[in-house]
Amino acid sequence: MTITTKRTAIWIITLVFACLLIASPALSETAKAPYKIGGIFAVTGPSSMLGDPEKKSMELAIEQINAAGGIDGHLLEAVIYDTEGDPSKAVMGASKLISKDNVMAIIGPSLTPTTLAVMPMVQKAQIPFISCAAGNKIVQPIDPWVFKTAQSDISAVAAIYDTLKAKNIKKISIITVANAFGESGKEQLEAQAAAYGLTIASAETFGATDTDMTAQLTKIRQDKPEAIVCWGTNPGPAVLAKNIQQLGLNIPLYQSHGVASPKFIELAGSAADGVMLPTGKILVTDLLPDTDPQKKALAAYAADYKKKFDTPVSGFGGYAYDAVNILAGAMKGADGDKEKIRAGIENTKNHVGISGVFNFSPTDHNGLGQDAFVMVKIVNGKWELLK
Amino acid sequence: MQEFLQYFFSGITNGAIYAVIAIGFSMLYNSTELINFAHGEFVMLGSMCMITFVGAMHLPLVPAIALSIACVTAAGLIFERLAIRTVKNPEHIVLIIITVGASIFLRGVGMIIWGKDAFSIPPFSSHPPLDIGGARLLAQSLWIIVIFLLIAVGLQVFYKKTLTGKAMEANAISKRAAWIVGIPSRLMVTLAFGLSAAMGGVAGVIIAPVTMCSYDMGTMIGLKGFCAAMLGGLGSLWGALIGGFLLGILEAFGVGFVSSGLKDATAFLLLLFILYVRPGGIISAVDVKRF
Repeated sequence: MTITTKRTAIWIITLVFACLLIASPALSETAKAPYKIGGIFAVTGPSSMLGDPEKKSMELAIEQINAAGGIDGHLLEAVIYDTEGDPSKAVMGASKLISKDNVMAIIGPSLTPTTLAVMPMVQKAQIPFISCAAGNKIVQPIDPWVFKTAQSDISAVAAIYDTLKAKNIKKISIITVANAFGESGKEQLEAQAAAYGLTIASAETFGATDTDMTAQLTKIRQDKPEAIVCWGTNPGPAVLAKNIQQLGLNIPLYQSHGVASPKFIELAGSAADGVMLPTGKILVTDLLPDTDPQKKALAAYAADYKKKFDTPVSGFGGYAYDAVNILAGAMKGADGDKEKIRAGIENTKNHVGISGVFNFSPTDHNGLGQDAFVMVKIVNGKWELLK
Repeated sequence: MQEFLQYFFSGITNGAIYAVIAIGFSMLYNSTELINFAHGEFVMLGSMCMITFVGAMHLPLVPAIALSIACVTAAGLIFERLAIRTVKNPEHIVLIIITVGASIFLRGVGMIIWGKDAFSIPPFSSHPPLDIGGARLLAQSLWIIVIFLLIAVGLQVFYKKTLTGKAMEANAISKRAAWIVGIPSRLMVTLAFGLSAAMGGVAGVIIAPVTMCSYDMGTMIGLKGFCAAMLGGLGSLWGALIGGFLLGILEAFGVGFVSSGLKDATAFLLLLFILYVRPGGIISAVDVKRF
């Protein structure tokens, strides 16, 4: 064997390897592996009223996207873990999604505390992350990889304070749940009060599973506020509404969007009457004027959801539904590149979703304005638009 | 004064609930020296049974209460028969871990049966709240206190006057001596399990109308009841009563005069303090004859 033939042989082998290397991505391209999206929601546990519809809505959105042919030919595949509303389980779920399932993006968790617990991990892994929790701390300060679809506490507080101002109320008492949702609400309630000419006479808290809040209310009564603003998620605020009725306090009660679901009316019973709260539009789709840009999307989502799961739609599922659709929009043409997906989410404009019309930007990772909320009043166990 | 009264009413209502749960803990500890960490779950079962019988099946109140308590008692007896008595090597630590397992199991069963949502039922009577010195006392609070008093008196009579009660007490003082004089100690243990579960059921039934019931309500309330039992002195009936009321009232005053953020901390700080000063609880079982 001469040196030249040997050299030719090496060349041929190198060429074959090179061809194989080039061909391999092309090979998998034809198979069109599905894109995996991770979901972590509080499907069970005390916050299941948030997580359960979110999980269902994520499945619904993915089913719809796949039925329409997927993204650039790739089908979507959901990997969903249950956090039970527990931050440590949320962290466990997220780390499994990142290191074991190799997902392209993560949607959820349902709660502010679980989201805050997961955030350092997604920042480190540099993976697009759309939270379904309301807390403002999630997107302030802005982290390039973290987005959220739930309406912000800032706009919820602004919606309540607008109503209070219109009613010429000057002195209020606030009572918030002792967890991150309540803390975040309290912060906003206190920060924005001065701008609306309000003074906060007293600020009380209650535990998420407290059975009785008459002691707090007795304390509030001494301060003689013109309105009480309660910030929490079920069942606490329902107990509070009942206690107000039982104590015979004649003070109007404002709740947060955290209880914007028919369950609150069911739990609080007649005590829910007269309660006012800000809510996403899904709850009052039928009452919206036809000119509302979201009306059509809302009606379609509600109908699809009811058809698939045979349960009435709640406002919370919309967070996950919007998240999947925004993510899907950003994934188009990104070819699975995480940085491109991230930039795609950040550049999403005029996305008509369930929670509102989204306009993301590098300085706004929530993308919703105050128009995402409408104020409603509960009258005889039914929602009515205020104004 | 008006505020003081209102805090007091809030405190005795919660206190009565804690006391009933604490009695359940104490009763079982007395007969078996076992802490049943599934006790909070029996409270949950009681509440959820009420939800089913009153909320879903629309039974009248009295049969619904009786059925709920019967169901929880049955659950307690089944638990004793299947999970406790069958243990080959009944060391305390093993049995206590079994009760922890049972509590997780019962919570899971509760979630499967009743789902993950919270429920509520109307109060026992729709009487408007009483106005006493400007403070409001709820009709349901009165129900809770009356039922609690009935239980306290009933148990006192049971332990002091009936043969079975005396036999149980004898068995609690010395199992061996009781066995020698012909008291079936195994039966007494079963009875103690049933009665303790029934206490949990009663607590669940009376709180169902004042709070929101869900499958995971048992943990915190069980812990508070345990706190009350420890406070008063584990194994003592009067200790459980005093512990329960003390805890409830101090919690309410803590909220009213200090800060509502400290509500749950009050219970546990108080427990630490009492255990430091009097390790056996206020009425220590060492000082006083049990029950």
